[in-house]
Amino acid sequence: MAESGSPQMPQKPGSAHSSARTLLVAFAVCLVCSLLVASAAVLLKPIQLANQHIERQRIIVEIAGLMKPDLTVAQAYRQIDVAMIELSSGRTVDTLDPENFDIAKAAKDEHLSEPLPRSADPAQIRRKPKYLPVYRVNDGGGRLETLILPVYGYGLWSTLYGYIALRDDLRTIQGIRFYQHAETPGLGGEVDNPRWLDLWEGKIAFDENGEPRIELVKGAVTSATPDSQHKVDGLSGATLTSRGVTQLLNFWLGREGFGPYLTRLRDESERR
Amino acid sequence: MADSVRKILFSPVVDNNPIILQVLGICSALAVTTQLSTAITMSIALTLVVACSSSVISLIRHHIPANIRIIVQMTVIASMVIVVDQFLRAFAYEISKELSVFVGLIITNCIVMGRAEAFAMKNPPWPSFLDGLGNGLGFSAILLTVGTIRELFGSGTLLGYTVLPLARDGGWYVPNGLLLLPPSAFFLIGLIIWAVRSWKKAQVEQAEYRIKEMRQPAETV
Repeated sequence: MAESGSPQMPQKPGSAHSSARTLLVAFAVCLVCSLLVASAAVLLKPIQLANQHIERQRIIVEIAGLMKPDLTVAQAYRQIDVAMIELSSGRTVDTLDPENFDIAKAAKDEHLSEPLPRSADPAQIRRKPKYLPVYRVNDGGGRLETLILPVYGYGLWSTLYGYIALRDDLRTIQGIRFYQHAETPGLGGEVDNPRWLDLWEGKIAFDENGEPRIELVKGAVTSATPDSQHKVDGLSGATLTSRGVTQLLNFWLGREGFGPYLTRLRDESERR
Repeated sequence: MADSVRKILFSPVVDNNPIILQVLGICSALAVTTQLSTAITMSIALTLVVACSSSVISLIRHHIPANIRIIVQMTVIASMVIVVDQFLRAFAYEISKELSVFVGLIITNCIVMGRAEAFAMKNPPWPSFLDGLGNGLGFSAILLTVGTIRELFGSGTLLGYTVLPLARDGGWYVPNGLLLLPPSAFFLIGLIIWAVRSWKKAQVEQAEYRIKEMRQPAETV
């Protein structure tokens, strides 16, 4: 490629070689390209956000088991009761809109989140939101059937954002799903594999003392594995993603996460 | 004319394939070929980007100062890739989620840059477009081959449909786990290069050096 450069282009002022010309071309290219990129990003943003919103709703209704073939996502989603809760107390708050609550944005907001010390941050999220939305499916009498909680944490390359659904005993897992991550396709990306996600159903997320206990382990978990109710097959070839999933679930189900809220719910159901 | 069009368009598929002859762009060929569906989307995205960026660079080739040509090419390519990524996120949300970081990595794919520098800087827009398209097709051919083999023998499926029922689900096929890991793509691409070079001897490179015959040093017993 030695011939590509100067020999074809005569060196004279105003030709492609003068500094002013160079700067002008550089500026023009940058201007045109930035306009192109910016307009694509701005014009397509509403469609992208709508996609993400529907995707989240679809995942919520799917792990709640509400998705029926004859229903659209929006119709199925109407059965879900959304509330905003304060993590530290577990109380419901009315001041925030749970529907359009952006977890990633809230985690950066001074007022909506608090920093986590490294030692208390197994999910590696650095800042913890003070408020988070929770999704409830109630039966006709207002009794809780399924509780869906948002969870997130760091895997290998990216933060995994997802939901965990708990059954009415608040111990048994109905399902988990991630709606956003950038793990390696085929390895950590297998967190989206339906067959792997099916393994979660019926696992017990808490031990006898109510402490969160759920773990991804190497190899297949069979009924012969000790404590198999707390264990799920790890993702092959994705040790760090598997560890990330374990850590983030234990964090969010624990005292620092939804612990206070879950305690409140358990007390409530005992009082009934 | 039709002849030269065909030559520009199809010679990069076998005779001058960017992956197997020039050995460019193998990074993404390793990363996105565990499944055929991602390999297909990657192929389409890369073909689009290389064809469009080559035409654009060719259009402005007389105005690009030689001393900043690489960064100008880079800017054009990067912008194209971002636009493609934005479109995928808006209109092919599912696939864009699977491809995740790899769409962005088209920017660093040497094929795109290589075609811009080697062809588009010296040729008019239409041949440059064809050249980009042809190289995109050459890249796609290898990606789809590797993707098919890896998904079929690594997970027993094609495009997500079960072809070889896996032993762990009651079938008979025990998948080769190595095929799901990146090194397997190296092996496959190596085998393809070997096969193509035994078929087309012209692609065999002159050896740059010879390994000296080993001589037993006198003092060792």
